[in-house]
Amino acid sequence: MAHSWLVYLFFFAPILVLIVFSFSDDNNVGRWGGFTLEWYQDFVENSQLQSAVWVSIRVAVASTVISVVLGTLAALALERFKFRGRKVFDALLYLPIIIPDVTMAVMMLLFFSEFFDLLEAWFGLDWQKGLGSIAISHIAFNISFVSVVVRARLAGMSGVLEEAALDLYASRWKTFRYVTFPQIVPGVAGGALLALTLSLDDVVITQFSSGPGATTLPVFVFGLIRRGVTPLINATSVLMLVASVFLVALSLAFQQFSGRSGRPLRRAARQATAFAAPMTTTQTKEGINQ
Amino acid sequence: MTTVADRPTGLEEGVLATPEFEKAAARAASRRGLLLSLPAYAYLAVFFAVPLGIVLIYSFATRNRFGGTDLSGWNLDAYRKLGEPIVRDILFRSLWLAALTTLICLVVAYPFAYFIATRPPVVRNLMLVFVMIPFWTNFLVRNYAWRVLLGNDGLFTNISEALGLGERELLFTTSAVVIGLVYGFLPFMVLPLYASIERIDLSLIEASRDLYASGTQTFRRVLLPLSMPGVIAGSILVFVPSLGAYVTPEILGGAKTTLLGSYIVTQFLTARNWPVGASLSFVLMAVMLVATLVYFRTGGKNL
Repeated sequence: MAHSWLVYLFFFAPILVLIVFSFSDDNNVGRWGGFTLEWYQDFVENSQLQSAVWVSIRVAVASTVISVVLGTLAALALERFKFRGRKVFDALLYLPIIIPDVTMAVMMLLFFSEFFDLLEAWFGLDWQKGLGSIAISHIAFNISFVSVVVRARLAGMSGVLEEAALDLYASRWKTFRYVTFPQIVPGVAGGALLALTLSLDDVVITQFSSGPGATTLPVFVFGLIRRGVTPLINATSVLMLVASVFLVALSLAFQQFSGRSGRPLRRAARQATAFAAPMTTTQTKEGINQ
Repeated sequence: MTTVADRPTGLEEGVLATPEFEKAAARAASRRGLLLSLPAYAYLAVFFAVPLGIVLIYSFATRNRFGGTDLSGWNLDAYRKLGEPIVRDILFRSLWLAALTTLICLVVAYPFAYFIATRPPVVRNLMLVFVMIPFWTNFLVRNYAWRVLLGNDGLFTNISEALGLGERELLFTTSAVVIGLVYGFLPFMVLPLYASIERIDLSLIEASRDLYASGTQTFRRVLLPLSMPGVIAGSILVFVPSLGAYVTPEILGGAKTTLLGSYIVTQFLTARNWPVGASLSFVLMAVMLVATLVYFRTGGKNL
């Protein structure tokens, strides 16, 4: 009991301290100097931070949309069809989840350097790393996470309803549109949320795929932190924190409206176990099905 | 169980279920599956498999005098560098810190997960959601929070001074890095542990106690073996990212706590020794693959 409270204290105390001191009117981040909103105003007025925010949002939305489509299709293929090359595809789809961030970052750096050299040599195109290359890297890891979440959902459905629809002469598309898709919506939404969060979270892979023109908010903030701690970083961090909590709240609300059981807490708890252990899908499938 | 994949198509044309027909149906299913997976398959082949191959090629290349890389003349020089004292120290330090982080997470998370798993459902879900909040929160922000806490004039230092423990400088030490890693990856340990403990029939523990087993015996002979899949899954989920950690040691560590992740990044951004960076990234990935295989061999199937 006491142990659990200590664990929660460990989880939340640093976050709470960060929030409190982001309102402190003192240049030294660890000292309380009265209440102020000055640092938040600094954030709004800082044009570099603003442009980093926009890069982050654009990359996150673009990579989420594309990886949700590709990841859902991949999940459908793997859960519903036997096809040649299925095992290789399955393995390829797992790799981006378990590969260390740094290794993937190095992969993307070398890939883009070779790729842009080739483009210049063959077609005379002078492309630079930027928004596009960041989005390409994010899609490469997000496809896998989306497909894991959607697959867990698909594995929990027996497929009987789809068979019934097909037997009643519904076309493949209509079966998907009116039978399969409505059932996997929570999985797709969960996958989309995970993709958004991962995209907004990433530092290393983004740093290695970005050019001088465009950096995302985490990469920019990471650069600032290395130069030293300032109240402006406190305020920015708190806003990033609010954004992630907002995303989770959004998904809980969404599940409450779309779900039949109307028990968002229980679903969230189940998703918790599902997301935390992408490697243990066999284990979480049951958790989601119950 | 019949799945959509096995469902004979074309029955409407009045075809009988002959071996030829079944083969044709399987071919149709195969085509559909391939077609659906094709976009993701192609994407990952171009933007994941090809980059992986390029890293492998670079790890056998040589660095030239201008900081560039010569791809001709393959050799193992970059891998030989792993034996050099500097690199070897970094490698062992990273392995040691990752193992320590995993152990601390395990010791902290086990009683916590057990406590959650034995609560009534409503309390249990609420507790899990509060584990999820830090899990969803930006990783960089969570590490930064510790930088503020442990900093020169941070709360931690002030409390330590007020308690008369003297001014303790924790920031930029190995301890700070371990604290940051434990903080970052603890939810990865709690959730799989919870998932496997929750499934244990708790009457087994009562039975063990009824048969006069001590608390320690019950834990060692009943609870621990039954929750082993969760222990292994959690350990891998903590160990692998800790080993390749880059953000945490950069923010909380100092010059003396360079870990594998930071060292690899340095090889690319400042030292410009791409072959060495590539070979180290490959070693890192190999460790991860071995850990995953071990996991699937030992407990993964039984989950």
